Order: sequence, then C-alpha cells, then structure tokens
Amino acid sequence: MYAFVNGPLVWIAFAVFILGSIWQVAALYRMSKRTDKVFYNHYNSGAAASSIINWLIPFGSHSWREHPGFTVLTFAFHICLLAAPIFALGHTATLAFNLNISWPNLPDSVVDALTLVFLAAALGILIRRFVVPQVRIVTEPKDIAVWVITALPFVTGYMAAHKMLLDPDTMLLLHALTGCLMLICIPFTKLAHVFLFFMSRAFIGSEFARRGTKTW
Amino acid sequence: MSEQKPVNAADIRAVLERNDSARLRAWLKTCASCGLCSESCFFYLANDNNPEFMPQYKVRKTLGELIKRQGEVSREELEGMKEIAWARCTMCRRCSQYCPFGIDMGLMINIARQCMRTQNVCPERLMNIDQSYVEFGNQMQIPDEEFVETCEWMAEEGQATIKDLEIPIDKQDARIMFIVNSREPKYYPQDIQEAAIVMHVAGDNWTMPSHGWEATNLSMFSGNIGVAGMVAQSVYDAALKLNAQKICVTECGHAYRAAKYEGPYWTKQPNGQAPVEVTHAVALFHEYMKEGKIKLKHKFKDAITLQHPCNLSRSGDLGEKADELMEMLCENFIPMEPHREWSHCCCGGGGFIPMGPDYKRTRMVAGKVKAEQIKKTGAKYVLVPCHNCTDQINDLNKEYDLGIKIVSFKQLICELMEVPPHMQPEEEDE
Ligand code: HEM
Ligand code: HEM
Ligand code: SF4
Ligand code: SF4
Repeated sequence: MYAFVNGPLVWIAFAVFILGSIWQVAALYRMSKRTDKVFYNHYNSGAAASSIINWLIPFGSHSWREHPGFTVLTFAFHICLLAAPIFALGHTATLAFNLNISWPNLPDSVVDALTLVFLAAALGILIRRFVVPQVRIVTEPKDIAVWVITALPFVTGYMAAHKMLLDPDTMLLLHALTGCLMLICIPFTKLAHVFLFFMSRAFIGSEFARRGTKTW
Repeated sequence: MSEQKPVNAADIRAVLERNDSARLRAWLKTCASCGLCSESCFFYLANDNNPEFMPQYKVRKTLGELIKRQGEVSREELEGMKEIAWARCTMCRRCSQYCPFGIDMGLMINIARQCMRTQNVCPERLMNIDQSYVEFGNQMQIPDEEFVETCEWMAEEGQATIKDLEIPIDKQDARIMFIVNSREPKYYPQDIQEAAIVMHVAGDNWTMPSHGWEATNLSMFSGNIGVAGMVAQSVYDAALKLNAQKICVTECGHAYRAAKYEGPYWTKQPNGQAPVEVTHAVALFHEYMKEGKIKLKHKFKDAITLQHPCNLSRSGDLGEKADELMEMLCENFIPMEPHREWSHCCCGGGGFIPMGPDYKRTRMVAGKVKAEQIKKTGAKYVLVPCHNCTDQINDLNKEYDLGIKIVSFKQLICELMEVPPHMQPEEEDE
C-alpha cells in the first residue's frame, strides 16, 4: 500500500494532472477555432495580457479594489497554496532523490507558517461561504467538496511534519493520498481555473477591448 | 394565449447547440461561486442586496437549468425563468468586468432568452415588436412612405431656422448615411430635424435611406436572433446600395451596439466587421466640434451631468468621446461616479422600456441606483445620448423627484451653435 501510494500513484497523479490539463486546453482550443471566431477576429494581445496581469496583482483590478477583505484572503490563500508545497523540504528532497531535479527549499518554520496562513485563509473563505448571503446562495455541495480536497493535503502535510494524531508514516500515506487526489481533480473540477483563468481572461480582455473597454 | 402548448425541448436544445462554444464551456466550468459579481449589479444593489438578484444566481436559474435539463422543462418553469431573464437583468455586462474570470453573464442571459423565445415565452410587447420588424422593417409599424413624408415635413419646417435645410433621402455616394430610432418619426420628429440641422450646418454630405432607416434592433433583446440579423442586414444593404461611406446611428445606445458589434455576427460577415463602417452621433458631433465644423456662441453654463448608456460606453467604444464632447460643449460638466465603462445601467436597456407598463414597477425599483447617482452630482441637467435611457431617466425623474431636465447632444448643439450668416433665414418684416 505505502509503496504504491508513494510510488506509482504519485506518477499516475502527476500524469493525470498534466496530461488531463493539456487535453482539456487542447480540446477547448480546437473547439474555439470553430465556435469562437469572435475571439480570433478581435484578438488583442495587449488587452489580453492586461486583463490577466492586473487580476494577478493584489488590488490590481477594480473588483479587487472594491473587495479589499476578500482580496487579502484569496491572495493569502493562493500565494501560500503555491509556495508551501513548492518549497517544502519534504517535496524538494523527494524530487531531488527520485528525479534528480532540485531547487532551494524554504526553512521548515517558514513552510509551517505558509501552511498555517493557508489554512487560516481557507477557513476564512469557507466561513464567508456560509455567512455572506450572496455567496451562500450559489454554494453547492461541489464547492465544499473542492474546498475539502484543496485543504486536506495541507492539513495532513502539516500533521505529518509535526507527528500529530497518527504515526508519521500513516499520516504521510494519507498526505500523499490526498495530495494525489487534489492533483487528479484539477483538470476535471472547477480547480481547472488554474489554466482556464488565463484563457477566459484573455478572451474577455479582447472582447471588451474591441469596444474600447477595460475589464480590470 | 389560453391553451398551453407543451414545451418543445428540441427547439431549446437547438439554441443551446448553436450557442455551444469553448468560452461558454470554460465559463460554466470555471465559476468559483465566489460572489464577487454581486455588487456590480444594480438590480442586486437596488433590491437591498437580496442574494436572488446576484448575477450568477440568475444565470444558474435560467441558462443553467436549461442546460442541465437539456430543455426538458415545463411551461410554468419557463414563465418563472422569463421573470428572471427579462425582469432581473438588462444584459448590461457590468458584472463581467467584476468577475475574476471575466464570465460574461449578460451573454448567458441572452442565450437563455433565445431559448425561451423559441417557445414564445417572452414579454408580449417584445414579441409584437419582432413582428413589426418583419412586416414594416421597423419597431413602430411605420410604412416607409410615412417616414419619408415626415422627413420632408421636418425639412420644410426647419427652414424657418436654417435657410434651405434639406433632409436628403436616398442620395448616392454620401459620406454619412444617418439612421434613426423609429420613435423619432413616430413621436419626436423634432429629433430628426435637429440632427439634420447639425449635419447641415457642419456642411456634411449626408443622406437617409427610404428603407433600412430603422436603427433600433430590439430583437437582440427579445432573443429572436433571426429577426435581429434581418434588421441589421437591411441597414447594411441600404448603405451598400447608396454607396455611403459610413452608417451613422442616431443618439441611441443598443442600436449602435447592434449595428457595429453584434450585427456582423448575426449576418455572418467576414472577420466580424460590418460591410460599411458604423459610427454614432456622439462620434460624429465630436468630430464636428474637434474640426471646428460647428462653432458655439458660448458653452452651456449650468451644471450638467452625462448618462453613459451601457451600449455606448461599455459594449460600445464611445465613453471617452462622450466625455470629451461634454467638455467641448459645457462649462460645468460633472461626471457621475462611477462613469464611462464602469457606469451603472439605468434599467432602461435590455428591452425594459419597450416591455411596457407591466414591468414599470420593477424598472422604477431597479432604477434607484441611477437616480442616486444623478442626485449626487447635484446637476439639474442630464445629457442622455440614448432613447431608452431618456425614457427611463424621465420616469426616474418623476419617481424620485429629481427635478432634472433631460437633453440630448443634438438638442444642446442646436441651442449653442453659431449659424453662419448665409444659412440664416431672411428676416421677415414685422
Ligand atoms: C503528490 C504526492 C505528495 C507527496 C508524496 C508529498 C510528500 C510530502 C512529504 C514527504 C512531506 C514532508 C512531511 C514531513 O516533513 O514529515 C510533505 C509536506 C507537505 N506537503 Fe506534501 N506531498 C504530496 C502532495 C502535496 C500537495 C498536492 C500539497 C498541496 C498542494 C502538499 C502540501 C504539503 C505541505 C504544505 C507540506 C508541509 C507541511 C509543513 O511542513 O508544515 N503536498 N509532503
Ligand atoms: C495560478 C493559478 C491560479 C489562479 C490565477 C487562481 C485564481 C483564482 C480565483 C480568481 C479564484 C476566485 C476567487 C476565490 O474564490 O478565491 C479562485 C478560487 C479558488 N482557487 Fe484558485 N487560482 C489559481 C490556482 C489554484 C490552485 C493551484 C488551486 C488548488 C488546487 C486553487 C484553488 C482554489 C479554490 C479551492 C478556490 C475556491 C475558493 C472558494 O471556495 O471560494 N487555485 N482561484
Ligand atoms: S448583465 Fe447587468 S443586469 Fe445582468 S446580471 Fe450582470 S450586472 Fe446585472
Ligand atoms: S464573480 Fe464570476 S466566478 Fe465569482 S460567482 Fe460571479 S460569475 Fe462566478
């Protein structure tokens, strides 16, 4: 079991994540050639870039500026979400050992902090979901499921690192399992926004630019 | 209307299939249900932040259901969706500027409207207007001859102010082919006269077509895209036949959007461009002022604000020009906040005004946001370069006691401009 999870399953998860994402993007791209002429007719690279970049900068868009609390929450969430796993020693060490690729890791204390900030922000986002009426009304079970799937690797990673609750090996097993689950879900759930964000923002940026209008 | 036909799900599916696109699929998949679009919508704000008015919820309850159930819905359900798709959204598209993924909910509501229109579930008056376009080529059942007579009458009457004023009909090779909202010949012929005076004084080479003169395209809002395409095509055909250099749309918002941006797609033009360049009165008057073709006696002195129609300043490219034109014409221009492409919809658009008295209450409630914006400027004059906005802001004026006066650009220019001596009529002896 442990051997499978920490060996082939990780490979499978990464393969599904990467190939699944490529497949999704390629399928949409091919379809768009037929169904989204409006995009190609009026494509505006400057506007597409602005439409993406300004939304990647905290307070960079009108909408971010008008929702300061949420902006802080979601940027804390996403920055830690990317930084913690990329720079966790457990990950860089595993990669260096198995694939011989390596990059510097952050000290454990910093990764711990990123993980905790992530979990706090995730909790904030979850509470907001239930407390804010205009968010609650559009919340479906799948939103909660995706939230759980995203949060689990952080909870288990932290507990494994701190030898909490279960013995570290079992926790690590759970961690790898939930980590793999999250990766596998990316191409097939709303987590696909990891790449769709760039596509849909490029579209709307161009679509409004042909009308002299900004979307950021 | 009494006997209820069953819903034909195949018709709805056909619309869904026609509108199935990569971008729609991406939008449906990617929405994070984050609620950031809520406060961008004036319906939501004006209805005390009632979550049922937030954009994503409205899309989910209409297009979302239709897709999920592949059109297998009952007539009662469609009637319920109708009250959302037409009475809770004007397709102003402001929400798409506030969504982190740029999801275009106005467009999705439009697809829902197209689905319902196939089942004749649509505000009655909009369906009648579709019919009028088919029979008369315009929304107000005006025969072309009557339109031409109105123009002749207006030209003649206008000669009291401008010597030799002409309204050339079907002139070949003109620079500008001017098209109007059929409300103008029907109720406000003065508007045609004022536009004619401005173009005449500016010395432009212009004309109006005897057919294809209707600028409005309310079928874009009824969801009858077949008719919308037909209306757009008749305007393009008129311009091609007369070999006009440009089509110029009167001070009307959705008409400009339809002819310039959407029409080319309904009529399958190559590259999504209209066969003849489309411009608008705001751009035309801007050009006259900038090039000195129109000179003013003086600028307008009172405090005045400007309504930015969604279809000119957000779904059209005229926000900046409209502001500049205001500056050129007025001494004390006070913009509303927010303005230009971030402007709120007044709730006159998306078909609301022609939907008639049944929907007036809803319109007055949702118009609160605009009424407050106007009030905040403190200006007693509001310049409104759109017919639907004009009607709505007139109604808001009464509903919210704004005590304002509404003017159009052509009206203002006629009042302020210098008429060259050779165009002034000979003084009659007293
Ligand atoms: C795919 C298989 C994965 C494997 C094999 C794996 C393995 C590991 C290992 C060995 C550690 C070190 C634990 C320790 O120090 O004892 C760790 C920590 C961590 N992992 Fe993963 N991981 C995986 C996926 C993920 C994913 C997808 C995420 C989140 C996106 C994630 C987030 C974390 C975090 C945040 C920590 C550090 C917790 C802390 O030090 O406070 N992991 N992981
Ligand atoms: C770099 C690419 C990414 C961008 C640009 C991005 C952007 C966004 C945006 C704009 C939102 C909507 C606002 C919000 O609800 O916070 C969002 C939500 C979310 N993102 Fe990302 N994201 C990215 C990567 C990821 C990744 C890698 C994950 C995890 C696998 C993730 C998980 C989530 C989750 C769970 C939500 C929903 C939060 C909620 O329940 O409201 N994102 N993302
Ligand atoms: S398009 Fe306009 S009216 Fe419709 S939901 Fe969006 S903001 Fe509201
Ligand atoms: S802002 Fe966009 S992603 Fe968020 S709920 Fe609205 S439509 Fe969905």
